Amino acid sequence: MSTPKRPGGLGSLWINPVLDKEFRLRMRTPRSFIALLAYVFVLGGLAIGFIYVTMGFQNSQAGMRFDPTTSRLLFYVLSIAQLVLIAFMTPALTAGVISGEREKQTLNILLTTQQSSSAIVLSKLASSLAFMVLIVLATLPIYSVVFLYGGISPSQLILVFLFYLFTMLLLGAIGILCSTLFKRTIMAVIMAYGMTLFIFVVTGVAYLLLFAVVQQTYYSGTVPPKYSWVGFILGLNPAGALISIFEPGISKQAFLVNSGNLQDDAPIALWLEFLLVYAVVTAGALWIAIRRIRPVRRRKAEDEETVQGEEESAVAEMKSVPGKSDRS
Amino acid sequence: MIEISELSKRYGSFQALDKISMTIGAGTVFGFVGPNGAGKSTTMSILATLLLPDSGTAKVSGYDVTRHPKEVRRRIGYMPDFFGVYDRFKTDEYLHFYGASYGIARTEREKLIPQLLELVNLSDKKEAYVDGLSRGMKQRLCLARSLVHDPEVLILDEPASGLDPRARIEMREILKELKRMGKTIIISSHILPELAEMVDEIGVIEHGRMVAQGKVSDIQSRMRVNRVLHIRTLGRQEELAVRLRDEEHVSRVLDDANGIQVHFSGEDAQQMHLLRRIMDWEYEVVSFNEAQTNLEDVFLEITKGGAAT
Ligand SMILES: Nc1ncnc2c1ncn2[C@@H]1O[C@H](COP(=O)(O)OP(=O)(O)OP(=O)(O)O)[C@@H](O)[C@H]1O
Ligand SMILES: [Mg+2]
Repeated sequence: MSTPKRPGGLGSLWINPVLDKEFRLRMRTPRSFIALLAYVFVLGGLAIGFIYVTMGFQNSQAGMRFDPTTSRLLFYVLSIAQLVLIAFMTPALTAGVISGEREKQTLNILLTTQQSSSAIVLSKLASSLAFMVLIVLATLPIYSVVFLYGGISPSQLILVFLFYLFTMLLLGAIGILCSTLFKRTIMAVIMAYGMTLFIFVVTGVAYLLLFAVVQQTYYSGTVPPKYSWVGFILGLNPAGALISIFEPGISKQAFLVNSGNLQDDAPIALWLEFLLVYAVVTAGALWIAIRRIRPVRRRKAEDEETVQGEEESAVAEMKSVPGKSDRS
Repeated sequence: MIEISELSKRYGSFQALDKISMTIGAGTVFGFVGPNGAGKSTTMSILATLLLPDSGTAKVSGYDVTRHPKEVRRRIGYMPDFFGVYDRFKTDEYLHFYGASYGIARTEREKLIPQLLELVNLSDKKEAYVDGLSRGMKQRLCLARSLVHDPEVLILDEPASGLDPRARIEMREILKELKRMGKTIIISSHILPELAEMVDEIGVIEHGRMVAQGKVSDIQSRMRVNRVLHIRTLGRQEELAVRLRDEEHVSRVLDDANGIQVHFSGEDAQQMHLLRRIMDWEYEVVSFNEAQTNLEDVFLEITKGGAAT
């Protein structure tokens, strides 16, 4: 460390001891390496499978050709697949970070150090996300196929990766929230996947159902409205938001904006809605996690009005109590 | 150094701590004893800022544990009754991590950690992974960990639990060393003889209430435990034994080759009277001494009384 004399300096802000510890310990398990390998293999396999299928398909009619349109399609497929993989990986990586320490009985010791609650939570999030970023970067060579054949611009790729980063942040925050709220890792993992499922699947299905319903009644009115509210639901779905980055026109369709009317636009781009809504969710989840990792003090430090008979905080009992799940 | 007043804590409807009060002066080694489930760990968790009390206050060096937890954390070294270690760390990395967590600069840690390892006899395990350490070693490592930031107060929750006799002795030696260093130590245990020789004061807790507190010797005398007196005379021993049976405060008299054993429930003054009477009867007393009651007896005596209430 460059500034040994100043423990609170900038260096230790970034190289926080908890972060340092998380990095080291994570990289010392073969599990991390295996996860990385498996991830890249799945995505790589998918790309090869896609190419194989499209080539074979075209072979019969037009000879060996892999044109920019197909390449573009491959990019979409890869991007959606990557999104799904992220949805699978992130909760698994984050839902255990606090509850795991609680179960291993190292958390109470960590909590008696000078590390602040936010330093602990954010360091753990950062280390999980750093690992996810590593994994996603490791898949970059697969995308080289897409660049080889064109059809996609580097800026689009960067946008997609930024979108991934945001999604990881969201899912990571949810995972850590579950990890602090629930004493048992299994419970935390289940809840984190439950919420992920909600964000990824429930919003999508809800959109499709409501879209069908709304569409039936939409044009029956005498004066059709400028847009329909159903679009807002698709904006909550990561896949919808991701597609709206590739194809901005999709936002208009999602909101049932009259395609003939060129002036009318979607009230908000799907990805922007996604970003705004979930930025709030992420911040909220992290805030609760930070507050809940240590016992909650309801009253202000100087406030003399003692409120008594308050319930326990989530972290109150550090010893694992089997079969006693959190706040029922 | 540590002031606890009227501290209460309930878990649901279970009253784990019921208005506990105690004061521990600087440099004191305080033995916190009580049967299982008495509330020792609960009290210590509150002191370690890990648990909030429902009412009452606890202060460490003048800082309230709920209002200034960060100040308190800086001043305490806490060793929980159950703890885990990061298995994939090496011993010195483990200490480095906690040192860094207290904001101790690397250069300082490089000097400090070998000393700590030396103190807990783990110098030769510096490069070993924590995973491979024995239970006693892990316990000592955890103790070293609680010392990295040179805290004034040590809160040790059964530091010797689960150790074999040899490891216990090692642990006890380390604790004595810490006492010499002038630390204020609060140490819980249900194994009393172990504590007896090193603690200055004890507090006996039961069902969340403090049933006795003070200097070890005070408590022993105050609790009117059956003392056992050993009397040896030159001759006329059986005769004396018979006479003693009718004396006040004497519950039982055993008479054997080693002398007479008298179970006596009186206090010091009455004991003195007893000796005087024996002398008046003109027995040739060679020795008249009180067998040391140990903490174990005190403990059993006190907690038996506490359970009745
Ligand atoms: N999280 C909890 N929820 C409910 N009850 C609890 C909880 N933690 C402790 N208790 C109860 O509070 C009481 C005091 O527990 P504590 O751990 O403080 O006892 P102790 O004196 O340390 O006992 P031991 O000698 O077994 O370590 C026990 O009866 C225990 O069952
Ligand atoms: Mg205990």
